[in-house]
Amino acid sequence: MKNNRFNVTSKAFAVLGLVTLMACAQETADTKTAMVSVDPATIEVQGEMKAELTSPPMVPASVGNRAAKKLIVDMEILEQEGTMTDGVKYVYWTFGGSVPGSFIRTRVGDEVEFTLKNHPDNKLPHNIDLHAVTGAGGGAASSFVAPGHEVTFSFKTLNPGLYVYHCATAPVGMHIANGMYGLILVEPEGGLPVVDREYYVMQGDFYTKGENGDPGLQPFDMQKAVDEDADYVVFNGKVGALTGDNALQAKVGETVRLYVGNGGPNLVSSFHVIGEIFDKVNVEGGDMVNENVQTTLIPAGGAAMVEFKVDVPGTFIIVDHCIFRAFNKGALGMLKVEGEENKRLYSGKQVEGIYNPEGGKIVTTDDAPEAAVATSKTERIELGKQIYSQTCFACHQGEGQGIAGAFPPLAKSDYLNTDVDRAIGIILHGKTGEITVNGEKYNSVMTAQTLTDEEAANVLTYIYNSWDNNGTEVTPTDIMRVKSSH
Amino acid sequence: MIKIYLSIAVLLFSFIGTTQESTAMKKIKRGAFVPLYGSDSLGVYVPDFMLDVYPVTNQQYLDFVKKRAKWKKSKVLRLFANESYLRKWENDTILGPEMNKNSAITNVSWYAAKDYCACQGKRLPSMDEWEYAAMASEKEPNAQTDSVFNSRIIESYELPKTYKNKVGKKFKNYYGIYDMHGLVWEWTSDFNSVLISGESRQDVDTEKNIFCGSASINASNLMDYAAFMRYAFRGSIKANYNIQTLGFRCAKSIKK
Repeated sequence: MKNNRFNVTSKAFAVLGLVTLMACAQETADTKTAMVSVDPATIEVQGEMKAELTSPPMVPASVGNRAAKKLIVDMEILEQEGTMTDGVKYVYWTFGGSVPGSFIRTRVGDEVEFTLKNHPDNKLPHNIDLHAVTGAGGGAASSFVAPGHEVTFSFKTLNPGLYVYHCATAPVGMHIANGMYGLILVEPEGGLPVVDREYYVMQGDFYTKGENGDPGLQPFDMQKAVDEDADYVVFNGKVGALTGDNALQAKVGETVRLYVGNGGPNLVSSFHVIGEIFDKVNVEGGDMVNENVQTTLIPAGGAAMVEFKVDVPGTFIIVDHCIFRAFNKGALGMLKVEGEENKRLYSGKQVEGIYNPEGGKIVTTDDAPEAAVATSKTERIELGKQIYSQTCFACHQGEGQGIAGAFPPLAKSDYLNTDVDRAIGIILHGKTGEITVNGEKYNSVMTAQTLTDEEAANVLTYIYNSWDNNGTEVTPTDIMRVKSSH
Repeated sequence: MIKIYLSIAVLLFSFIGTTQESTAMKKIKRGAFVPLYGSDSLGVYVPDFMLDVYPVTNQQYLDFVKKRAKWKKSKVLRLFANESYLRKWENDTILGPEMNKNSAITNVSWYAAKDYCACQGKRLPSMDEWEYAAMASEKEPNAQTDSVFNSRIIESYELPKTYKNKVGKKFKNYYGIYDMHGLVWEWTSDFNSVLISGESRQDVDTEKNIFCGSASINASNLMDYAAFMRYAFRGSIKANYNIQTLGFRCAKSIKK
């Protein structure tokens, strides 16, 4: 939602003529208004400091009114195994141990002294190309470093904006596909306008030998990468990095700024927050500000700053609006907003109904891989958990708590526990219309799920054995029985 | 009869026990191939040569330094090996606690590797020889077009900490050679003969086909991706570097 910022800005410009160019010497609040017409290349640095680096989704503190400094950035490259989604492992190559890599925050005129360390246990040489660097290769040539070695190079930040950095060692596509990208922010003098919350979100596409959801340690698949046939499209390196307990947080009335990047390697992001409109977008991470934007395009190797005030409480779903990526490949995050309802702005009875997930499985007629068959209740629960996180999670949430007013809870649910066959029926045939769960009324739509009998049995058993439910084991025979009773 | 067995056993033991037993070699049969950096599709001819069946192991290298004082950890000249030389060793004559004597020796410089081979009456393989022998899968000498073999190589390059594995546990290739892929990188005599600027994408101009930007790479060419990783690695190192994931094996020319 928009404030009356135009007046403020124009006043600032009026004052501008009076205060011109005393900015460099003085660290006062006035510096913000006097930022124009200084050639960044001529800004002298005053003193030196170690850069604060943060893992996503956090960002370092704003530069505020500090003078340009010599900024020491110390970054370590680690090749390490991580989790892509429940049951699926992947060997990530990282800047600073996270995907995306550590967030670097600078201001115009800083002289960045960048040390890149390649951990001795790493197998490959790496380097870094920072799009914020003016110079051939963006630092890539100067930063090429063998395992067990480190290199240092320096650059001056000339252009304010939000920039991608990435590894540019051959084969470049593979280094990026394994997670070697991140964001570096160059703030204008005086810093960006202060907001209440800032977060770091970066999209990337991943290519694994197995299909989406195939368990185990999944190697990178070069052929799929060349074909641009992504198995996972995710925010912050893995499925669920921004959901459930990891969801971004805000309070009603606060202004949120997201620093959004797209590492690629292949896909362009249609970045959207369901139920919000971006008040301001710094298009492509540059100076141009667009207002009242629903979906902003973020190219691979590009970024954007999006800003919005949150006026109503609820869970806002962050997606790549190439929507199958969100519901079938993982490009889904959450912003949880707490605070007072504002019925005038949002009645609370309507439902985000357009983008109902239609099940996580693609139906094929033949050649389907052998699905895992549970041999015990424990296995059934384990397998069911994976299906839950792929299929049910988006609406019913990580702890089965649902979303108030929209999607009923499965945790400690009276509706669920009274009637197993009814629950089976809902999975098989979907559910429309009003129901009462734990005393609350819900009127929403659930689509029929395209699950096999085995999968339906497993996911129901998982649900019945989680979150204080009654511990029922549902078997494929139960599913078949309910199917044939109709 | 028992006596014979015993003496064989003694013989065997003495072989194992003897310090610095030379690794067995296999003959690599001559042939031509087009390496990754081959400009204008010119093939390279590789004459017959002998190649060690395994990479040199920790135990073998330990035996070597016991005899060649100049390669002891405490004695080595920085000019020939930087601070990381034998970085995980306890001291000059004891391997580190987590090191297996049958794993490949790593953290050795090119100079050290070269001298080791010379002391065996051998030499380091050239890059062309190494690449030529490394094209072989279990069944054929040139598996450049075998996509399964090639994706297996790329996968093995990605696995972390394979330097901890023992030599000779993975597949034996067409020539009877083990561990060309997936264990450790290996020094070659002319590892730095391909000029690499460090800016991979720029090299397209100078050394055609070497690096990623090159349009010559297409999906049918997976072998090149694995080779990219090797050439990029070679381009990042210097002769006095000692790297946790870099070992070596020796070769030998065949006298006419």
